Amino acid sequence: MIIVGAGKAGARAVIGLREHGWQSEITLIGEETLPPYDRPPLSKASITEETEPSPVLLLDEDTIKSLGATWIGGSAVVSIDRANNQVRLGDGRIIGYGKLLLATGAKPRQLSCPGAARAMLLRDFADTLALRAAFVPGATVAIVGGGFIGLELAASATKRGASVTVIEALPRVLMRGVTEEIAAAVAARHAAAGVKILIDSKVERIDADCVLLTDGRRIAAQVVVAGIGAAPAISLAEEAGLDLDNGIACDAMMRTSDPDIYAAGDCCSFPHAVFGGKRLRLEAWRSAQDQAAVAAENMTGGNRVFEAVPWFWSDQFELTLQIAGEPSNGNRIVKRPLKDGAFILCHLDDAGTLVGASGIGPGNTIARDIRLCELLIGKRAKPDEAALTDPAFQLRTLLK
Amino acid sequence: MAQWIAACSAGDIDEEDVMRFDHGGRTFALYRSPDDKYYATDGLCTHEKVHLADGLVMDNIIECPKHNGRFDYRSGAAKGAPVCVDLKTYPVRIEAGKVMIDIG
Repeated sequence: MIIVGAGKAGARAVIGLREHGWQSEITLIGEETLPPYDRPPLSKASITEETEPSPVLLLDEDTIKSLGATWIGGSAVVSIDRANNQVRLGDGRIIGYGKLLLATGAKPRQLSCPGAARAMLLRDFADTLALRAAFVPGATVAIVGGGFIGLELAASATKRGASVTVIEALPRVLMRGVTEEIAAAVAARHAAAGVKILIDSKVERIDADCVLLTDGRRIAAQVVVAGIGAAPAISLAEEAGLDLDNGIACDAMMRTSDPDIYAAGDCCSFPHAVFGGKRLRLEAWRSAQDQAAVAAENMTGGNRVFEAVPWFWSDQFELTLQIAGEPSNGNRIVKRPLKDGAFILCHLDDAGTLVGASGIGPGNTIARDIRLCELLIGKRAKPDEAALTDPAFQLRTLLK
Repeated sequence: MAQWIAACSAGDIDEEDVMRFDHGGRTFALYRSPDDKYYATDGLCTHEKVHLADGLVMDNIIECPKHNGRFDYRSGAAKGAPVCVDLKTYPVRIEAGKVMIDIG
């Protein structure tokens, strides 16, 4: 078994293969020299914590050894020879596989305007150290992109004392991610912390000391960061001739178009059983973990369909936002108010089936009810609206 | 050394639920199982120091509210990724309607 990509999915797959009884060789190959580490802290705690951060390892080298796996770090797989079931590494090494898992993740998109080279990106731990060093008290920071990464970095830079402007091309922040009501709560929190959010604003070019917008405004910026989304890392799969469809195309069991090759995590799309086979590509920590677990089971002879309900979170200042399911499949929203100003929006489809839940609140105020909504979504439940809107009503009773 | 303290009234925790209890700079999670027994563990998840009392109890499992790390709250046993370090547990007994926990 070979796993290409040593992020969350790759690490989970190593464990999954052993959990499902695979006793022979496992080789985990990663481009970074660090063994698998957790990425969620990279935009948050690793930037804001007072002491110099260390990567939060998912598997350290001793654990990998104790799992009987071989770790090859700092190495890129440059090609897959599907006819002979082999991968070739950058240093010329050739390794054979019975089954191969592609967990190559996603790469941040880069700006294309003049001066784009000055824009910092965030994907790995080294990027985090660079951002941490740049976010110093009084520094002017322009963040291009008002999505989750951009806003988390805006909060982290603000906590470090920088003066932050977020530049968003669309009419509001989190346009693709959440409803207007949640986006407004996020934007208000940022504004209260002194973050300037510019909407409907497009970047013309990046100069040495500022970002010039298409309408002529100049945004002072000693530091420029681009948070404009990520693209699935598909070059290896593409060259190998695997089917692609918004990432590496998988079936519901995480198999690619080659029966010996599977994929998991940010790099792939698959039809989701809970949402009528709608093809999704999920860039989320837990989905990477869940997909890898399914892929590992099936690589060892299993027949499991992926049906974990998507779940996602973002932390900004003291607020946590969480999304479960597929809110865009809904066409009606029912609001569930919770304590401390927190609330959850329940997304229902025509038939009254709960298909998504999205919420925001301080700390973990929404966590339990979002989790219960996630379970209800997985059961394709049609909950009573009055129950959803009544904060005193215990959602768990709907599961019984 | 045993150090029994009264944490709350038995009725303060619903069946199949969890409650946070802070004492002397420490934080604990108290559970009442579906079969009406009481348990106590450390209050913070071993993964990222999140208060477990904000999580969901299902049967004998507590799920961390942050990343769904799962523990059997009776034994403290971690039930798989992302958690791999067990929770510390504490003896509990009910005395005159009070939930007593031995934090010694």
